[in-house]
Order: sequence, then structure tokens, then C-alpha cells
Amino acid sequence: MTKPVPQARRTENYLQDLDYSVLQQCMHCGMCLPTCPTYMETGKEKNSPRGRIALMRAIADGELSVSRAFGDEMYYCLGCLACVTACPADVDYARLFEMARAETERQDVLNRPSRNLIRRLTLRGIFTRPRLLRAVGRLLYVYQAAGLEGLVRRSGLLRLLPKRLRELEPLTPRVCRTFSDGLIGEVEKPVERRYRVGLLTGCVQDLTFSDVNRDTVDVLLANGCEVITPRCQACCGSLHGHNGEWELAKVLARRNLDAFDLDGLDAVITNAAGCGSHLKHYDRLLAGDERYAQRARTWSNKVRDISEWLVEIGIRRPQVAATPLAVTYHEACHLCHGQGITRQPRDLLKAIPGLELRELKESTWCCGSAGIYNITQPAMSEKLRDRKVDHLRATEATVVASANPGCNIQISAGLVASKGRAMAVHHPVSLLAEAYRRETG
Amino acid sequence: MKDLIAQLERIVGQDQVLKEPEDLIPYGFDGTAVLKEPAMCVVFPADVNEVAAVVGVAASHGTPIVTRGSGTGLSGGSVPVRNGVVVCLLRLNRILEIDARNLTISAQCGVITKDIADEAAKAGLFYPPDPGSMKISTIGGNVAENSGGLRGLKYGVTRNYVMGLEAVLPSGEVCWFGNKCVKDVAGYSMKDLFIGSEGTLGIITRVLLRLLPKPASRRTLLASFSSMEAAAATVSAIIEARVIPCTLEFLDRVTVRCVEDYAGIGLPLEAEAILLMETDGHPAVVAEEAKQMTVIARENGATDVKVAADEQEGERLATARRAAFSALARMKPTTILEDATVPRSELTKMVRKIQEVGERYNLTIGTFGHMGDGNLHPTILTDEKDADEMDRVEKAMHEMFEYAIELGGTITGEHGVGLAKKPFLPRQFTESSYALMKSLKRTLDPDGLLNPGKIFD
Ligand SMILES: Cc1cc2nc3c(=O)[nH]c(=O)nc-3n(C[C@H](O)[C@H](O)[C@H](O)COP(=O)(O)OP(=O)(O)OC[C@H]3O[C@@H](n4cnc5c(N)ncnc54)[C@H](O)[C@@H]3O)c2cc1C
Ligand code: SF4
Ligand code: SF4
Repeated sequence: MTKPVPQARRTENYLQDLDYSVLQQCMHCGMCLPTCPTYMETGKEKNSPRGRIALMRAIADGELSVSRAFGDEMYYCLGCLACVTACPADVDYARLFEMARAETERQDVLNRPSRNLIRRLTLRGIFTRPRLLRAVGRLLYVYQAAGLEGLVRRSGLLRLLPKRLRELEPLTPRVCRTFSDGLIGEVEKPVERRYRVGLLTGCVQDLTFSDVNRDTVDVLLANGCEVITPRCQACCGSLHGHNGEWELAKVLARRNLDAFDLDGLDAVITNAAGCGSHLKHYDRLLAGDERYAQRARTWSNKVRDISEWLVEIGIRRPQVAATPLAVTYHEACHLCHGQGITRQPRDLLKAIPGLELRELKESTWCCGSAGIYNITQPAMSEKLRDRKVDHLRATEATVVASANPGCNIQISAGLVASKGRAMAVHHPVSLLAEAYRRETG
Repeated sequence: MKDLIAQLERIVGQDQVLKEPEDLIPYGFDGTAVLKEPAMCVVFPADVNEVAAVVGVAASHGTPIVTRGSGTGLSGGSVPVRNGVVVCLLRLNRILEIDARNLTISAQCGVITKDIADEAAKAGLFYPPDPGSMKISTIGGNVAENSGGLRGLKYGVTRNYVMGLEAVLPSGEVCWFGNKCVKDVAGYSMKDLFIGSEGTLGIITRVLLRLLPKPASRRTLLASFSSMEAAAATVSAIIEARVIPCTLEFLDRVTVRCVEDYAGIGLPLEAEAILLMETDGHPAVVAEEAKQMTVIARENGATDVKVAADEQEGERLATARRAAFSALARMKPTTILEDATVPRSELTKMVRKIQEVGERYNLTIGTFGHMGDGNLHPTILTDEKDADEMDRVEKAMHEMFEYAIELGGTITGEHGVGLAKKPFLPRQFTESSYALMKSLKRTLDPDGLLNPGKIFD
């Protein structure tokens, strides 16, 4: 029952070139509607998976042209893929949505100065250049650490920025002092080696959560994995793939394929859900690339989310006294919907002595971070953030565990804005690493 | 037309009238394959007064109205008519009252079916009709289609739970029919006229529904068979043995594979057919009936009968079953589903016919359905772009309908006539009964404003 993977050809229109059966696959039953966060907020079909697919199909059929309203709608979609989990008919929405955004960009219907600036700065600028990204990160760190933030905010200097960028400033994540390369050796060996794995450091993770990368290495070492971490890695390209920058995504994928010696590795590990769900699709992304297609297939077979990998090889339970800790788990969309990983992070958490896992209502509902959605669609993003925070608070847990840097930034910001009791936000792997650390005392 | 839209905007507010192509295209269809038609505009009234006002304005322009709930209908009932207004009722979404002394619930028409069931459950009560679409469909849509569900065998269909309803007539008048009384023979049973009327007689805006005490216990069984006939024979034998379980759902091999592919809950892939059986009520009765059904299934050739470990597992099985129709769409681009229903004594014959027709026309058919109700959904998996195959599909459907009627059955058990079954309807009526139905429509809707061209021309 596996269908051939459709490929976009190099001609006129990404949606028209797409194998029509992908569009036809949606039988408009509506089973996905109640899981779609945008539809559930507005109640309008256009904002639903079924409606969006109908629009894409209308374009493929030549009944509608790629208009600004169409483009806007494709960016109003979170890309959370809840509809993919819900769809019994196996509609490849991820594929459709990437093609629709790519077509929107190709036809340039959303051309607006502020939008162009954001995209140039982020997608085409810093996220394709790891060194530049780090330089920006370094500046941000100095800016935040030196307490310049308050000064600048008070000074009104921010008013010089376009409105959208200004609104974003409070969302800028806290930047770590040291990036992964400074915290992690290129090769780290466990006491007894069972496996050898590569580690992807991820760009946002690297910038703002490099300690999560360190924790990931520690946990891997504690479970008998030798860890190879190539220096100064490229962004995985997920932001680009999801935001219509198809060609850039391919360039970045090739760079990553070059950076790892795949044959010597049992797995390539990522700890960022958003990256993982894209990394696993390099095979599809590069299927038409003669030089890279084969490598990309091997790559896709080897990529594992950290929790997925640990459960696969068996998690060693930390030998420490139980310390009571109430934790709730928010499921990053690109882990639960994008990769179908729901059990493993919970298993990982439950391996920690004393940890009590409190189930979260609507745990798989998008928090509104969604790549750069919180930048491009602040209003909807905030609604979803508040909805998430309400449920988090209702658990009365002290810690929120979540496996995606974007979610963690969003949720932290939401918790601060809601002004309740303090709740810490951690990657599950950090909680496990912490437990191993207690072993050695 | 501009004039009409401006008037509509004055009633419901500008942001509640959609008129751009990007907004309208997603309202051009319902859950039915192939059928589509653009609307002129879509209006979202907030309450019954706005509904009445919208009807009044449309009537004054002679513009037809298509009522829409969630658009999950399977006969094209809410597919727009050209140059018509679509009135979408999702904003009328409040549950108004739950009356634990009279065991009733009152709700606006746009409430989602599952929310009704959940609200009832919170009060320890039970709303039995559970169509496969219950997470999405509206209660108004359920009443308008007289929808069935997985529990029809013991608990009946939507009609059996409607005690009263409010409807806006084509004239713009608002009428209420019914009350909380268990018995009521004052005048014609007018509410019954609107149940199953598919949006052609009035717009239902509010409903009063009967609830039941929640059954004390339930048990779910899964029986595997090496032939479809054996499953059908089991159902007939269970009914004959005077056992009335709440659920007897059937899935053939093709359907089982698709559902398993989606849900991954360990359905038996080697079986030619499975029956999902559920009994509920007093624990002692449940235990007894479960035993009886197991014995009967075995006697009729079941290769295996499993009991679900607990209610959660039973619920998982039922949920997987609800996905059957959509899951079948995994196989081919176009999924055309039928709704033939026959007296339960004739099930084996009907099942055999479906297989035979499928083979003769060289079509892939997945069959599932509410077998305990005699209601089968032979689903033809095809490609609307393949003209030759579509021609055979048409012929195969025709034969199946003819045969169902021959067996004393009906062309549609629960999905309604809408556009999809319109051509086959006269076959099922005598000339005078068909004429009576049409004259009733003319009396209530002389200008043909409400859902014109649905059910009949
Ligand atoms: C996956 C799936 C499973 C299904 N399973 C079942 C099942 O098990 N049993 C079953 O019977 N059906 C089933 N259906 C069919 C469908 O869900 C039902 O017919 C449902 O009642 C339609 O509700 P809706 O709100 O989507 O109505 P719509 O599709 O929007 O409308 C259906 C019809 O009712 C009319 N209508 C809607 N609301 C009103 C109103 N307030 N007043 C007057 N007329 C109105 C419309 O004009 C139209 O003719 C299924 C459909 C799908 C997609
Ligand atoms: S995307 Fe899937 S679930 Fe949603 S309407 Fe289409 S077929 Fe149904
Ligand atoms: S990806 Fe998320 S927001 Fe977009 S259509 Fe699917 S469920 Fe809705």
C-alpha cells in the first residue's frame, strides 16, 4: 500500500507538477477538522486542512491562481501536522503544504517590505551561515548579559525598527554563553562502547540551548554511545523547507551530508523535534539529485530523535535515590505529528527515579511557536500560547518537559507573560542528564 | 447580487459573510466524492433571529439557500447550488440545558454530536446515536439526515431521540414542535416531518433530545471469519436467537487492512471479514449475551473470537471502526461509498451480490457497515479520472441498488438522498407516494428556496 514518492518537476508550478493523486488523496471527510488549531479558532473552512487542500487542488486544476489571499492562507497554517496524525486517508499534507508555500514564494505574491526584510534576515541570511548565526548570537548574548536590553527598551531605540520586528524583541531567546563547539569535543568516548553516533547540534538549539546539546552527549555516553560532533554544522534547513525556500533547503542538506561520515555511524542523533522531522526527509528532498540521492537515503535511515534512539537501545536507569519531581510533558508537533514519536519521551522521563509524569490536556496541540510562525502571525500564535499555558498550569507540575527549542522559547515566554507560579521548562534529555550527574555525586 | 450581500452583511456583520473565491472554494463540497459546485456566498448567522432574517432577505431576492452544518454529509446534501447562499450554522453552538429529571438535553443546531454525548455523560446520562463522524458532525446535520451510528441495532437512530425541534421555515417564520412529554398525540407529529428532510423543508435551529441512563457495563468482542457470508450468517443468527447487542459492525478484508494501516491496533489481517460486537447493560446480562454471541459466532464458522480487555480497548476498536470509510481512501484516489440496507434476514444474499458485482465489473470494493441494522457500505475504490472505470462503477452501483430494493431494502439507510441518490429514488416509491412527497415540499416551500434540486427535482 506504499505509494511512490511524488517529485516536483522543474516546470511551471509546484502544485501543478505535483502528482495529482497526492491532492486527490483527500476525500474531504473532515476527520481532521477538530484537530486543526487554526480551524478550531476561526470555524472557517479556509483555515482547515480540508479547505487548504481544496485551494491547492483548485490551483492544480487551474480554477484559481496563486493569489495573495492564497499565499496568506498557506502562512496562516501552522504546519503543525496535527491533520496528518488525524487523517485516516493518509494524505501527505506535509508535502502539499511545503509545495504550496514554495509556489507562493516562486510567484512572489506576498511581496511586502517588512516581510521581505524578516525573511532576508532570517532564512536567507543568518540561518544559512553558521558563523554569522553565531556572531549574531554572540552579540545578542552581550546585549542581554550586559543588561543593555532594559536600556535599549527604555530608550525607545526599538521604535526605529519595523513594527513586526519590534514586537519580536521580547521573544528573542536567552542566548547561552558558550556554543556547542566549546562545550562538546569532536569525539567523546564512553567507558564501554556499544554504538557510535553522530550528533546534530542544530542552530537554534546551539545558540540558545547549547547546554541541551551537552546534556544529550552526557546521556549518550551514559548509555554506551561514542559521540561524533562535526564542528560548525550547517542549519538543517527545516525552516527553509517549511517556508517555501526549497532550493536553499537542498543546499543546506547537502552540506550536512558532507559533514558526517555516515558509514562509520550507527545513528545520527538530533534532539530538536523540528529538525528531526525534516532531517528524516532528506531522502525525499534530494531524491532527484544524482550525486546525493543514495547518501540521503542512508542518512534518512539513520536519523533518530534522541528519545527514540535511547528507547531503541534500552535506557539505563540512573542509579540514584528517588527525588520527587512533578513533570508534565508538552509534545512538540514535529515529534508527535511529524515523526509519530509519543511514547519514547515519556519512557525516557519515567526512567528517572522519583519523577512523576502528569499528563497534559491537549498535549499534542500546537503551542503557536511553529518555526517562525510566532514572528509572522503574532495574534494566532499568542492565542495558542495562552491556551497551552492554561493547560500547563492546570497540571500543577513544577517542570514542563518539551523537546523542541522553538516550543521551549514560546512556552517560557507564555509562562512569564501569564504571571503565575514559576514553572521551569526543560528538554527531557536534560532531566535525564541531571539524574546521571547525581550518580557520580 | 451586491444588494443581497450588503443586506446579509447588515444582518450578520461583514466578517460573517464570505464572498472571495479563496473563501468559497472550501465550501464547494461536503464529504461526498466527485460532487462540487461553487456558492455565491457563505453566511454565518449567530442565532435563530439572524437565521430568520437571512432567510427573509434571500427569499425576497428569490435566492436559493443551502443549509450547512459541518459538511460531512455523504449524499451531497450541503453542496451549494449555483448562485445560492450557503447558511452555515456552526456559530449556533451552545448547549442550552440538561434536564436530569426529565432526561433531556436541549441544544442549538450547530453543537457537535460528540459534545452532546460528552455533556450527557457528565451528568451520568447517555446519548446513544454515534455516527462515525460524531467528532465533527453537527446535531442539526444529524437530525436533518436522521443519522444512524454504531449502536443503531439496540438504540435506534437519531429520530428516536428527537423530542422537539425549532425550525425556520422558507417564509422566515420560526416554529417550535414537540415538548418534554414522553407521550404526545396532539395533532400531526410535525417534528417527524423535519427529521431526515435534508434541509429541504426548514432550517432546524434548536433541538430537544431524549437521554437514557448510562448502561452499567459493556463488553466488546471481535470475531474473525474466513468468509464474508459466515459473518453475515452470524449476524442473522444472533438476531434470530433474540439477542439484541448494541453493536454488530462488519468490516471486510480490504477495509480491515486499511484501518489497520492507519490505526495499528492489531486487527487480524488474515481474516476475510471481522465483526465488532458490543453488548451493554446490566453486568449479568452483558456476560450472558457475550457468551451467547461467542457461541453463535463459532457455530457459524468464526475462526477466532476475542474479548476486549477493558472499556478502553473496546473504545479503541470502535474508534478505529469509525475511521473505516476514510481509511479506505488510502488505496485509490476516489472513494465512492454506498448505503444499501436490507432486512437482516437477507444479509447473506446482499453480501454475495456485492462480491459478485465487484468481480464482474472488475472493481475493487471494500465493504463495511452496521451489519446489525442490515446497513452495508460497499465502497468502490476507483479514480474519477478513469472514464471507463467510472462507467463500470455507475453500472455496478445500479445493480446493487436494484438488488437491495428487490430484497425489500432501501437505497439509503442513513446517508440520505441529496444529489447522489436522487436518480434512484423514484424506483423505491410508487407513483402516488412519490407525488405526495413532492406536493408536501411544494406546500411548505412553494418557491423552492430551501436546498432546491436535492432529494428530487
Ligand atoms: C467519516 C464519516 C463517517 C460517517 N459516519 C456516519 C454514520 O455512521 N452514520 C450516518 O448516518 N452518517 C454518517 N456520516 C454522514 C454524515 O456525517 C452525517 O450525515 C451527518 O449527520 C452530517 O452532519 P453535518 O453537520 O456534517 O451536516 P452537513 O453535511 O453539513 O449537512 C447534511 C444535510 O443536512 C442539512 N442540514 C445540516 N444542518 C441542518 C440544519 N440545522 N437544519 C436543516 N438542515 C440541515 C444540509 O442541508 C444537508 O442536506 C459519516 C460521514 C463521514 C465523513
Ligand atoms: S485531510 Fe484526510 S482527514 Fe482531512 S478531510 Fe482530507 S481525507 Fe479527510
Ligand atoms: S498543519 Fe496544523 S494548522 Fe495546518 S492545516 Fe494541518 S492541523 Fe491545521
